[in-house]
Amino acid sequence: MALVDIVAHIPPARIAQDNAFFRTARQPSAVVGVLLLGFVVAMALLANQIFPGDPLDFVGQPFQRPGEDPSFPLGTDMLGRDLASGIFHGARISLLIGAVATAMSLVIGVGVGAFAGYYGGKIDASLMRLTEFFQTIPPFLFALTIVAILQPSIATIVGAIGVTAWPSLARLVRAEFLKLRHGDMVQAEIALGASDMRIIFRHLLPNTLAPIIVSASVMVATAILTESSLAFLGLGDPNVVSWGGMVGAGREVLRSDWYIATLPGVAIVVAVLALNLLGDGLNDAVDPKQERR
Amino acid sequence: MIPVSVRFFGRRALQLVIVVLGIAITNFFLLRLAPGDAAQVLAGEAGSATPEYLAALRKQFGLDQPLPVQFALYLRNLLSLNLGFSFRQGLPVLELIAQRLPATLLLMGTSITFALLVGSAMGVAAARRAGRATDTVISSIALLFYATPVFWTGIMLIVVFSVWLDWLPVGGMTSIERGYTGLAYLKDVAAHLVIPATTLGLFFLAVYTRLMRAAMIDVQQQDFVRTAVAKGLRPGRIAYRHVVRNALLPVLTMLGVQVGAVLGGAVLVETVFSWPGLGRLAFEALFQRDLNLLLGILLCSSVVVVLANAAIDFLYTVLDPRIELS
Amino acid sequence: MGEPVLSVDGLSVRFDRKGGALTAVDGLSFDISAGETLAIVGESGCGKSLTALALLGLVAAPGRIEGRSVKLQGRDILGLEGEALRRLRGNRIAMIFQEPMTALNPVLTIGEQIIEAITAHEDISHQKARDRAVSLLDRVRIADPRRRVNDYPHHLSGGMRQRVMIAIALACNPALLVADEPTTALDVTIQSQILELLDQIKRESGTAILLITHDLGVVSEYSDRVLVMYAGRKVEERTTRDLLKSPLHPYTRGLIAARPGRHHVNGLRTRLSEIPGMVPSLAEMPHGCGFAARCSFVVDACRIARPPLIPVGADGAVACLRIEEARASEHAAARCDAY
Repeated sequence: MALVDIVAHIPPARIAQDNAFFRTARQPSAVVGVLLLGFVVAMALLANQIFPGDPLDFVGQPFQRPGEDPSFPLGTDMLGRDLASGIFHGARISLLIGAVATAMSLVIGVGVGAFAGYYGGKIDASLMRLTEFFQTIPPFLFALTIVAILQPSIATIVGAIGVTAWPSLARLVRAEFLKLRHGDMVQAEIALGASDMRIIFRHLLPNTLAPIIVSASVMVATAILTESSLAFLGLGDPNVVSWGGMVGAGREVLRSDWYIATLPGVAIVVAVLALNLLGDGLNDAVDPKQERR
Repeated sequence: MIPVSVRFFGRRALQLVIVVLGIAITNFFLLRLAPGDAAQVLAGEAGSATPEYLAALRKQFGLDQPLPVQFALYLRNLLSLNLGFSFRQGLPVLELIAQRLPATLLLMGTSITFALLVGSAMGVAAARRAGRATDTVISSIALLFYATPVFWTGIMLIVVFSVWLDWLPVGGMTSIERGYTGLAYLKDVAAHLVIPATTLGLFFLAVYTRLMRAAMIDVQQQDFVRTAVAKGLRPGRIAYRHVVRNALLPVLTMLGVQVGAVLGGAVLVETVFSWPGLGRLAFEALFQRDLNLLLGILLCSSVVVVLANAAIDFLYTVLDPRIELS
Repeated sequence: MGEPVLSVDGLSVRFDRKGGALTAVDGLSFDISAGETLAIVGESGCGKSLTALALLGLVAAPGRIEGRSVKLQGRDILGLEGEALRRLRGNRIAMIFQEPMTALNPVLTIGEQIIEAITAHEDISHQKARDRAVSLLDRVRIADPRRRVNDYPHHLSGGMRQRVMIAIALACNPALLVADEPTTALDVTIQSQILELLDQIKRESGTAILLITHDLGVVSEYSDRVLVMYAGRKVEERTTRDLLKSPLHPYTRGLIAARPGRHHVNGLRTRLSEIPGMVPSLAEMPHGCGFAARCSFVVDACRIARPPLIPVGADGAVACLRIEEARASEHAAARCDAY
């Protein structure tokens, strides 16, 4: 086969994705994941409409049990803040931080992995050393230290999670690139005189998109867990409400009013579970070989 | 020729040096990114440290010197194992960490063992009934725990086992007021350990359940398992000597990857249960803004990760004769 | 010869699936005597390996083993299950697989793997089992067995591993040794060594051997009788000599013609794929002769019903309606060659 023919025969990535979409839609775990995630996203989008006003305001009698007062369906905390409002507004912060931190990790991880896998040799060796180094530092402790030193704010929390969450993705992308790097497609492109950047961004990256998307959904889940853990330890942005912070506050009155710490935790579980389920479903759809028997 | 074991330890020692250097660099620049004067950052909130202490810090870290000199001084301190002095705790940082490390290792060891044993058992059970209801139930439970933040699991277990049932102690590591010694002391520590270790273990349970399930299904289809069946071995022997033994290899690899994450989880669990370990110390440092102590903890935790991985690599060579120390 | 070691009657292997079962092995019958090697030959997918697996009850679900009887030394072993089946495997019937590289457990020493094959069936001390493992390694011509017994599979070459597999198979002195393409994965020079070893074992211990192969070169040198399988059925069974000298079934003729020349060059044995056309898939198996679509002597009768097995000579049989015509054409071809 001539080189041109080989290039012409590269299957358009779009078709593969459409198939993956339909396969995803058939995975029960993906469907449950999408439904739960849709619910959490709806909470975030509708927070201002349903609960106008700052969720950190003291709006009612403190320590109202869920259902006690119809205007506070989930009750109030020890300072009289509306728990339902906090949970709805917390969804915005969790999703925002999860998404932006993951985007940051994606840029670093895909960048490091792509360059290491594509160029190989010394570049690969030094980038992998760097990745190993970041994998050695306990990620949560690292993020915690960064936020503690730089003072907690949405920006520092996003930065801390973004900087600590990329190494496994870099390894994954590198492995995928190594697989494709010596394939016919890339060799043909090189022979046709395509630039490195063109090959990386136009040909290699689209072909590694599937595993990256799967990782991304799990990374958002992990980022939400990390954010809530930081907030639980008191390292949340003090100006916004956060599920983890709500659990941390409720902990003080655990023995008498356990629901204050319990309810925001349920929200965290639902959001993280949704994203993990979605990741599982995507994974099974993208890689049917590994499908659960 | 240099013996394999010497090369193995040489490589690990080099890795350790690289990690320590890397963290030193990271810490150094992190401190300079912080808002305000580095000495104040190190000492904690402005106003709470005495001028003498600030002066001592400046001198120790050479904060009045140019950056490269500061860095050289910082490195020299590190290499002489001088991690500084914790003004808040009134003890050298290294000594504080050495005091707290055993409790954390006990907690981590117990919870990883719990996650590994229970997770593997659940994974084996799921693999044996792959695709059936048992499999779905086990996989769902594992996934649910994987989505649950450890601090919240801890709080829920406190509510159930301490507040409602009053079965187990859920704070600290010992009942100091009882003054137990000998066997009674050990039993007391064990009772205090149950819920914290379970809390931390439950999160990692999912990882091992899924991994073991996948590995079991994979290994069951290997040719050597068919050979074992054709030899007429008893089913139990095939399962444990041939299938589980090989399926454990990827699980062990995962153990190495997870050490750092388990340490992170320990910070939260120790905070929830007032477990007097490194994580609790980190929380105290955080609360008191004793950042020098926090940086020391970060450094020592990374050293623990490197050492744990070396131990796991060694264990791997015992379980898989194809792998040699390198 | 007395009673055969193995007597198979009407063995079938079926795979249940939606829309009816697929028959991969269809009513196969054959005998093997002590000290005899029966070769089953055929293209890949003809059911020969499944036949081997079925004898040890190794066909996994959804596969199903059926038949009238499978008698091992007079005892019917068809449909044995659980503990009874376990006692049989590796003890009375032992098996050697095609891939020695993956057939051994990588994390156990070869000694441990031989020993467990012994202790699974005999109540003897570990030390005695170990001594026997050493002598088994010696028997399969592994040099320095005392040291080798502690080696792991990755220390050994493919040929050595296959010797270990044979040692495992011999651990309990089986009455029947099933060898499923035992040399396919090996280098040519190693192939003959392994086959010589099997041959020698057969002569020494009188073990019956069922040799599954696609290689007529192997058949001609190491088997006493040959059973040719096509699409799950027996199409011809003859002594090796007769079969090679005067093949009767058109398929057998094709196989022999496809061999790289009568001037057999050691090392140039190729897969039997030179007959035009393809083996019909299990799902669309014709009612009549399975070979009809590829046969140059085919007539309408071939397509209507399955041709019965016709006895040939003392203990031969062939399932073909057109033997005479095929034979005549060969004579004609031979005359053409003469001119």
